[in-house]
Amino acid sequence: MSSWTLSERPRLRSPGRLKYDKARQSDLLLLPERVVELNEAAGAILWLCDGSRSITQLIRELEAKYGQTGLEDDIVEFLASAEERGWLER
Amino acid sequence: MVGEMTASLPYALTAELTHRCPLHCPYCSNPIELQKRENELSTDEWLSVLEQANDLGVAQVHFTGGEPLLRPDLERLVRRARELGLYVNLITSGIGLTEDRLKHLSEAGIDSIQLSVQAASAELADSIAGFRSHELKRQAAQRIRERGLPLHMNVVLHRANLHQIEEIIELCADWGAERLELANAQYYGWALRNVYELLPRREQLQAAEAAYKRALERFGRRIELIWILPDYYEDFPKPCMGGWGRLSLTVAPDGRVLPCTASSDIRSLTFENVKERELGWIWHDSPSFNAYRGYDWMPEPCRSCERRELDYGGCRCQAFQLTGDARATDPVCVRSPHRGIVADRVGSVEHGKAGTPDYAYRGR
Repeated sequence: MSSWTLSERPRLRSPGRLKYDKARQSDLLLLPERVVELNEAAGAILWLCDGSRSITQLIRELEAKYGQTGLEDDIVEFLASAEERGWLER
Repeated sequence: MVGEMTASLPYALTAELTHRCPLHCPYCSNPIELQKRENELSTDEWLSVLEQANDLGVAQVHFTGGEPLLRPDLERLVRRARELGLYVNLITSGIGLTEDRLKHLSEAGIDSIQLSVQAASAELADSIAGFRSHELKRQAAQRIRERGLPLHMNVVLHRANLHQIEEIIELCADWGAERLELANAQYYGWALRNVYELLPRREQLQAAEAAYKRALERFGRRIELIWILPDYYEDFPKPCMGGWGRLSLTVAPDGRVLPCTASSDIRSLTFENVKERELGWIWHDSPSFNAYRGYDWMPEPCRSCERRELDYGGCRCQAFQLTGDARATDPVCVRSPHRGIVADRVGSVEHGKAGTPDYAYRGR
């Protein structure tokens, strides 16, 4: 697997889905036979991985949402590890 | 960045919609006393179970049985589960999965389907199922793939089909499965009744495991293979259900709420029913769900064992069925004073005569 380029549009690997769980007050990644409890940052990134946004757009949206700059490295690193775990597809 | 699962809330609900089934597999984990149709929960009761489960923190629901397709309200339940945001999986024999049914299930939002298969050849598969089902399953698999739904498959492995393991893996890959559970038989319910007909010999198991490992190499990422251990042949017990009342719950056809699908066989416990109690109360406060949580209930040798946090003392159902005491160390464990029960069974198969099995077919 090569690393992501910023123009790519990641999406959750089918048939995975996200769910906000009120009981736990956290995002869950639902995969066949598996549930992953996500922390806030992981959830925020994955909700934007819908196949319509490029990574550049995704970074811009998250930087605006959190009023921060310089998130690119962290986000790209997370996307690489998420793909490695089988959560994302291109 | 990723948190680990915590123990406080359940992630998965197994909804056993019915015990009725067109198949008669002798390894079925359903209890010997199968619930009749008139005892099954109504549609409204199941809808309420789904809503309560979602409020409790459940994120995925497995509709199973018996054969869940025998419930004409399955599509409604799937639709409601998806509306709630649950991940919806259907565990089915494939019998009754017509084009029409599949279309409606797909529109209702089903996420994945797990289809069982009994063997690689139709002749053997049909003799195990006690029903001419193999060809119908092939057609069901084809329909699922044509509709673009992920196809997962499972096979229960035992003495009569272990020699076909490579052909079974090939068949599932040919049918388009993305994932295949190779589940060595576990001895509960009907399977326990048939244990001497089902238990394989050690050398047969070793050959099958070697074949599974070769297949892992050969198929790579094309199909995900999951090997579920034959626990009678292990030295230590399985961490059953990831601990009692820790990760998931089961609702039986009659509405009783169980920590796992086999636990209704534990006669020393009384299980609460969703007809009488809120699901949240049952999970958090009922005596049955609290009976074996944590470590304080454990007798020796589990109590002082360093492995207790790995396996929680093994399986409570197996402990009860083999020793009469659900708190006992799972007799699979080499440290159990009851290990002889498992060793005798394995031994009697090693030295017994082979031949055509004489099954007590489920539900006959």
